[in-house]
Amino acid sequence: MAEKIDQAQVRKVARLSRLDLTEAEVEEFTGQLSAILDYVEKMNELDTANVEPLAHCLPVSNVFRADSVKESLGTEKTLANAPQRDGEFFKVPKILDGSSGA
Amino acid sequence: MAELEYKVVVGLEIHVQLCTKSKMFCNCAVEFGQRPNSRVCPVCLGMPGVLPVMNKQALEYAVLVALALNCEIAGFTKWDRKSYYYPDLPKNYQISQYDLPFSANGFIEIPLEEGRTKRIRIIRAHLEEDAGKNLHTAGNFSQVDLNRAGTPLLEIVTEPDMNSTAEVRALAVELQRMVRFLGVSEADMQKGHMRFEPNINLVITKDGAEYKTPIVEIKNLNSFRALERSVDYEVQRQLDEFLETGETMETGNKSTRGWDDTNEVTVLQREKEEAPDYRYFPEPDLVPVELTEQWVEDIRARLCELPIKRQMRYVSEYKLSDYDAGVLTAERSTAEFFDEAVKAGGVAKRVCNLLTQVGLKLANEAGCSLAEVGLVAENVAELAKMIDAGTVSATAGNTIMQEMAKSGKAAQIIAEELSLIQKSDAGELETIVDEVLAENPKAVDDVKSGGKKSKKARGFLLGQVMQKTKGRANPKVVSQILGKKLN
Amino acid sequence: MANELLNKDCKELRDEIAAGRIKSVAATEAVFETIEKYDPVLGAYISTFEEQALAKAQEVDDKIAAGEAVGGLAGVPIAVKDNMCTTFGATTCASKILENFHAPYNATAVEKLLSADAVIVGKTNMDEFAMGSSTENSGLKQTVNPWNTSCVPGGSSGGSAAAVAGRLCFAALGSDTGGSIRQPASFCGVVGLKPTYGRVSRFGLVAYGSSLDQIGPITRTVADSALMMNIIAGHDPADSTSVDEAAAPVCDYLEKLDEPIEKLKIAIVPEFVAGADEQVQKALTESIDVYKGLGAEVIEIDMPHLDYAIAAYYVIATAEASSNLARYDGVHYGHRTANPKDYVEVYSKSRAEAFGKEVKRRIMLGTYALSSGYYDAYYLKALKVRNLIRGDFASAFEKCDCVMMPVSPTVAFKIGEKIDDPLKMYLSDIYTIAANLAGVPSISIPCGFDENGLPIGLQILTPAFAEEKLLRIARMFEKETDWHSRKPLATNFHE
Ligand SMILES: [Mg+2]
Ligand SMILES: [Zn+2]
Repeated sequence: MAEKIDQAQVRKVARLSRLDLTEAEVEEFTGQLSAILDYVEKMNELDTANVEPLAHCLPVSNVFRADSVKESLGTEKTLANAPQRDGEFFKVPKILDGSSGA
Repeated sequence: MAELEYKVVVGLEIHVQLCTKSKMFCNCAVEFGQRPNSRVCPVCLGMPGVLPVMNKQALEYAVLVALALNCEIAGFTKWDRKSYYYPDLPKNYQISQYDLPFSANGFIEIPLEEGRTKRIRIIRAHLEEDAGKNLHTAGNFSQVDLNRAGTPLLEIVTEPDMNSTAEVRALAVELQRMVRFLGVSEADMQKGHMRFEPNINLVITKDGAEYKTPIVEIKNLNSFRALERSVDYEVQRQLDEFLETGETMETGNKSTRGWDDTNEVTVLQREKEEAPDYRYFPEPDLVPVELTEQWVEDIRARLCELPIKRQMRYVSEYKLSDYDAGVLTAERSTAEFFDEAVKAGGVAKRVCNLLTQVGLKLANEAGCSLAEVGLVAENVAELAKMIDAGTVSATAGNTIMQEMAKSGKAAQIIAEELSLIQKSDAGELETIVDEVLAENPKAVDDVKSGGKKSKKARGFLLGQVMQKTKGRANPKVVSQILGKKLN
Repeated sequence: MANELLNKDCKELRDEIAAGRIKSVAATEAVFETIEKYDPVLGAYISTFEEQALAKAQEVDDKIAAGEAVGGLAGVPIAVKDNMCTTFGATTCASKILENFHAPYNATAVEKLLSADAVIVGKTNMDEFAMGSSTENSGLKQTVNPWNTSCVPGGSSGGSAAAVAGRLCFAALGSDTGGSIRQPASFCGVVGLKPTYGRVSRFGLVAYGSSLDQIGPITRTVADSALMMNIIAGHDPADSTSVDEAAAPVCDYLEKLDEPIEKLKIAIVPEFVAGADEQVQKALTESIDVYKGLGAEVIEIDMPHLDYAIAAYYVIATAEASSNLARYDGVHYGHRTANPKDYVEVYSKSRAEAFGKEVKRRIMLGTYALSSGYYDAYYLKALKVRNLIRGDFASAFEKCDCVMMPVSPTVAFKIGEKIDDPLKMYLSDIYTIAANLAGVPSISIPCGFDENGLPIGLQILTPAFAEEKLLRIARMFEKETDWHSRKPLATNFHE
């Protein structure tokens, strides 16, 4: 059986997932993910050409809230769990690239 | 030297912050300039187990803009997650819309010089949540403030239909005016309410062959100036690069550049081969939205005549200058006030002068809109009529406008109180003219002798009549009487 | 005496407390004595709140003494799975990454327990982020099966099931994404209910697979399950996927509980069940016979797509998980690596250090399934298969009142037996996963024991929002049998 996923792909996925894997983990996951993907491809036995994808299993739509303001947590509670803070800010190592994606 | 021509091709992505009271998916206040991390709750902080709930107002504002942009509104729309890791994005995914945005296929008319307009096609407009802010300190660390995280954002994407920096600017300005008109965004550039991302490339014709330069996207521009400068810069840079390397566009890829405001240059951020993998998938925590026809019609009913249409109407119907029409349509409340005054019987040109020369000045001084100055449209119309009828002079009219704003009284009453009513009764004025002529035989002679002194003497006599009437004589009528008596 | 007290079910205890015959303080003390004695063996709890629990118990006792009104679970000691946020104690999800996380809010389900005057005794162990079927994936401790301490309690709500079975509380909340309430309930010989998706608010439940997750009760009796549902079910404006009561009314699940369903029509899926262990199949057959004895009609049906449930599930659940768990990054809360060389390392090292193997594996799998070039083949395909599975249930329920099948193909397995083969572990979820994909409610009730004295569960599934009927069907069986009243403490490590 051909590997469904190779080590290079596993490394790429690890990077996308922000997981710093060890070499041993890369190797282990490559084998395990291959086996799982191989099993998952069992789905290809089914003809789904005319089947709609089902993301929500309940037919509910249009759930809204009114545009009203409630009190926020407050700066202290907001930062209470922060691993590191700088005054009223969360603190992180210097961000050099400025590419927010919003 | 080879024959070389080029065409600039620009498409824009625009993010507009909607001015809802609360955020897109939580009840935190949308407020600029608050203390860091003071407008944050577990939902917009992305804490474990919390869930988003959609702000209905944000959706309705967004639909209103889409209707103004002549977009088709989707009957069914849904939310998707867009994944990327960044410290200002607490969940490390942004709730956005991917394959089924709520609107698509629209257009906007933008004003060009001499009253011409151009139609720019809109590919889509979708809703999403804003990220927070990373602040870069002098030290070796950055700070994160999440007050902005979760603010409703409308993303508008145009076709690459703009062919000059002027057109890019015109679109940006027109869109700003439009969303302000609709009351859905303050569109304050300094507060980051509008951000632009132009996609730029050139179509170069050289020696009869056509070349396209690689597309560059410039990220996050938050002023008209940066938008213009960066497009100008990028056009020149791409031209230079083409001449140097001859590199042309490959399909599907674009590189990303940032704008360095200090040095006024664009800087490479991401090469084209590193296109990000956002792993969009349907947001399971939010249910889809079904926009019924009735609902869309209810929203459409809130649509007003848009600024560009109004501006063009003022020029064609009222013969106002393009400039004045632009001033009157810069804000919706101004335009509506103007329309109301005209409807109440004021001649458009006269009303326009009163508003631009007095009304907007007062508003500016008070830091409020024209509608909030204290003027009543009917009263302004009345005043305009009085000026046109010669009941008060144009100068007196300006005085009365100021007084009306203060007291709210009718123009006629103010004019009487301040004794600004012009005397136009020919019989009464004739007596006064006769008195003046009798008292100033020298000037009368000068007029009659003609020549150089005649005009000046005539002016002097008119002035004497005005003085005698404390400025209340209608100069037109006095001139007529003088003319009759002295010829 | 203490034992007699501990063997009461919630309903009895609540009634006794309300009548002033038993003090909540006494019940709470009895629970903590048991915890002190047996939890070092069972490892059911990650944290306990003795002082707070006794204070609450006292408050309830005082209210009752003063003749004041009290809530529907007044004074009853209850445990909560540690993936539900609480303002007291930490909410860890059995993960090192949240070991010190303190939520400034309660999950809606927890809030409802508190306003029903329940006494929350502690938070239970689980597979890290609810990913697992044995609780062996806990990043913090091991839980064992009260019936045999060398076996797993099942998972991921293994701590809750072990605590209920071991009398370390009277009932517990669990969460079920692919069987995580029902399978440990069956392994531990107790009752576990996964409500219809949307019936119980997910607000404050730390998300694993958001379109599949549901909170539900783990109890010793069906009546207690109904009682717990009376407290926790209902619409929550904070959860957009919780269903409006106008569309699907919540009823009093206790009211008609003892009324059997007339002309009950049960469907079984023989082909699908054929893969289960012999003793599991035998227990199922005998259980069906009990229903037949009560006049039920049994039909055989085919649900051709159930075989694909695991495949679809492990794509959908992990895809959602890869996104849900992206927020654990060491920036705003949770574990942060000690010396990151840049901000990207804050993410990649913090996550690598604090997530366990199974969590990493599922994040990797889900990320892969969503990544460009693979989305259609895996994620989109899985959503389509999900629709086919929902269709299977829709057509099944046109023909019957309920479907019955095993909960798990085996009884509780040995600790360590499957931990090195993730796929083998995944395959053990074969019978529970379909209910989550289709969103329908499903209950696991004790229906027998294997030759080694390990409990076996019977699974019953009904259409969406038919919990009232589901509980009544389960109750019909419970009245006829006494599997639910067997006690692990008496048979195993208890003196
Ligand atoms: Mg965007
Ligand atoms: Zn918030």
